[in-house]
Amino acid sequence: MNEEKTRIEDINRAFYDFRFDDRDAYKVQSGLTQEIVEQISREKKDPDWMREFRLRSLDIFHRTDMPDWGPSIEGLDMRNIVTYVRPNTERMHTRWEDVPEDIKSTFERLGIPQSERTSLAGVGAQYDSELVYHNVREEVAAQGVIYTDLESALHGEYADMIREHFMKLVPPTDHKFAALHGAVWSGGSFVYVPAGASVEIPLQSYFRLNAAGAGQFEHTLIIVEEGAYLHFIEGCSAPKYNVANLHAGCVELYVGKNATLRYSTIENWSKNMYNLNTKRAKVEAGGKIEWVSGSFGSHVSYLYPMSVLNGDGARSEFTGVTFAGAGQNLDTGCKAVHNAPNTTSYVNTRSISKDGGVSTFRSAVVVNPQAVNSKSAVSCQSLMLDAKSRSDTIPAMDIRTSQADIGHEARIGRISDDAVFYLMSRGLSEEDARALIVSGFAENVSKELPLEYAVEMNNLIRIEMKGAIG
Amino acid sequence: MARELISIRDLAVAVDESEILHGVNLDMGPGETHVIMGPNGAGKSTLANALMGHPGYRVTGGRVTFGESDLLAMSVSERARGGLFMSFQNPIEVPGVSLESFIRTALEQRTGEKQRVWTFRKEMKKVLDALQMDESYAERDLNVGFSGGEKKKAEILQMLLLKPSLAILDETDSGLDVDAVRTVSRGVEEFQKDKNASLLIITHNAAILSSLHVDAVHILVNGRIVRDGGPELIADVEKEGFAKYEGLGHE
Repeated sequence: MNEEKTRIEDINRAFYDFRFDDRDAYKVQSGLTQEIVEQISREKKDPDWMREFRLRSLDIFHRTDMPDWGPSIEGLDMRNIVTYVRPNTERMHTRWEDVPEDIKSTFERLGIPQSERTSLAGVGAQYDSELVYHNVREEVAAQGVIYTDLESALHGEYADMIREHFMKLVPPTDHKFAALHGAVWSGGSFVYVPAGASVEIPLQSYFRLNAAGAGQFEHTLIIVEEGAYLHFIEGCSAPKYNVANLHAGCVELYVGKNATLRYSTIENWSKNMYNLNTKRAKVEAGGKIEWVSGSFGSHVSYLYPMSVLNGDGARSEFTGVTFAGAGQNLDTGCKAVHNAPNTTSYVNTRSISKDGGVSTFRSAVVVNPQAVNSKSAVSCQSLMLDAKSRSDTIPAMDIRTSQADIGHEARIGRISDDAVFYLMSRGLSEEDARALIVSGFAENVSKELPLEYAVEMNNLIRIEMKGAIG
Repeated sequence: MARELISIRDLAVAVDESEILHGVNLDMGPGETHVIMGPNGAGKSTLANALMGHPGYRVTGGRVTFGESDLLAMSVSERARGGLFMSFQNPIEVPGVSLESFIRTALEQRTGEKQRVWTFRKEMKKVLDALQMDESYAERDLNVGFSGGEKKKAEILQMLLLKPSLAILDETDSGLDVDAVRTVSRGVEEFQKDKNASLLIITHNAAILSSLHVDAVHILVNGRIVRDGGPELIADVEKEGFAKYEGLGHE
């Protein structure tokens, strides 16, 4: 009994006083235990159902195999999954000096103010953004829109609504990291837009994710009721630095009848990150989901936002750009499931790879027998900037009715010397010529973004293109 | 004699392993218009591309002085900023980059000065009108989906806005219908109004030249200039073709 007690104390110390010295390191218990999950649940003051949900998810997590397809995630130390789930407390006190140089210089080149830099790097509190976030909340609240963090929503007026929707689109049985998410999720946004409301200003999770410690297993739940409109922007094009390098977030979007939700993401995780994120939308009759997705960061990404078109005439549009540089293997794309007549899905993506980066476009379109008169068009274009980079296209189509109109187009290319010469012959430097070709190639995404994000994205491409020559 | 704008001496150029130009000599003064005529395969486009600095055209001998500078030592962009321009035979399509923003960017490189959006837009509209191009072209992606004639007009548009000191027109008239040739030719006339603007027009067709002032004509055959003369050579070529020069290019 005494021994048992001692062991628990050791675990506790490992979680709370974690220090990176050899003496402590081997005391970390490998594997994620019920005790740890219960502890998270206690700290979050979960309602009972959520605690049980976490434990059930944990059970599923242990029973589920790692994915056996896609880029290698061997670098993820699953035996020490605890260190991802409960990063050491040092993380909250990351020192500015420890933030990698490339991230610091990117802040500078993107023109991010000093106060924001420390915040983005996870080394400081939020400054102005907290205030902005607060103001936005007040403004939309006047329309009856709820924009809050998911944890407090679990206890308020909307508790039942959350219980009804939480991980119903992405159940923990979906895959191993969905199960992990169900067990240890923390932080994230809840947005509820009542019927008929139209939110003019885009809501941005940027303000939330910058909070120290947030943004690793965050859960986003958005419900847009009949006839309503919302544009939600997730992330920020500045690099997000985390000491712990696993991101397994989850996004669930419920789009009501004749409602429209535009969900934009610019993701720029630091380049040590395994980004295993799951996003899904369910769209009712006449509703529309518009995905705009820019993937720049991470070491490895698995990211395929999925649209489930459940109502007559439901629509999905996916516009994405992926930029894989040295050491990056980004496996991105999307899925569309047509479950009702007259549904449409359009997919338009660009992927760019350079310096040995690997970029894979993976898509799946499923048209079920009842989805007569549905349309789907998938177009993906890839640009490789040098001979050592790689680009693959894996489009899957499962069409179970003859009454559907399905199209697919894929193009893979390189920047031609003639194009560079043409632009240089007008006075552009070689570097500018290449950057212009690449940002033009990605323009179908940047034009979908609000101006300041489009500008940032172009800056980002320019930064990524530096040193791409010779 | 006025200082030459460009002076080409014994220029030899190879593509892959085969030498196309075997020692070309040519001098042009500021404000002059010269025409290079020659049969297909004579090396006309090779000369244009080598002067502009296309990496696929390797200079194997000779030298070129452009203004005060050693042209062959300059990068392609330096040549452009220094006032050299080439109208491409096959202008490249660049998706996602509008014609307007591209020319404005290029002009900023050429002049080293930031261009005001509205001032530039007004200037561009004037030139679009002169070339009978719809204003909407400004917003269209550079050369994307342009017909052959539209691409050539867009090249002339760039020339008129960038105001180079020497513009090389590489077969700008090829593949154009009569009306388009007339419009392009009017654009070129407009360019000639600037007393310091020089033109090197490469063609195997005299139509574009009919309304232009021409100072000198050079016949290029088999990689060598075999005849220098005045505008009277144009009529001669029109009547008799290049057959009588065919033997001259060989050693």
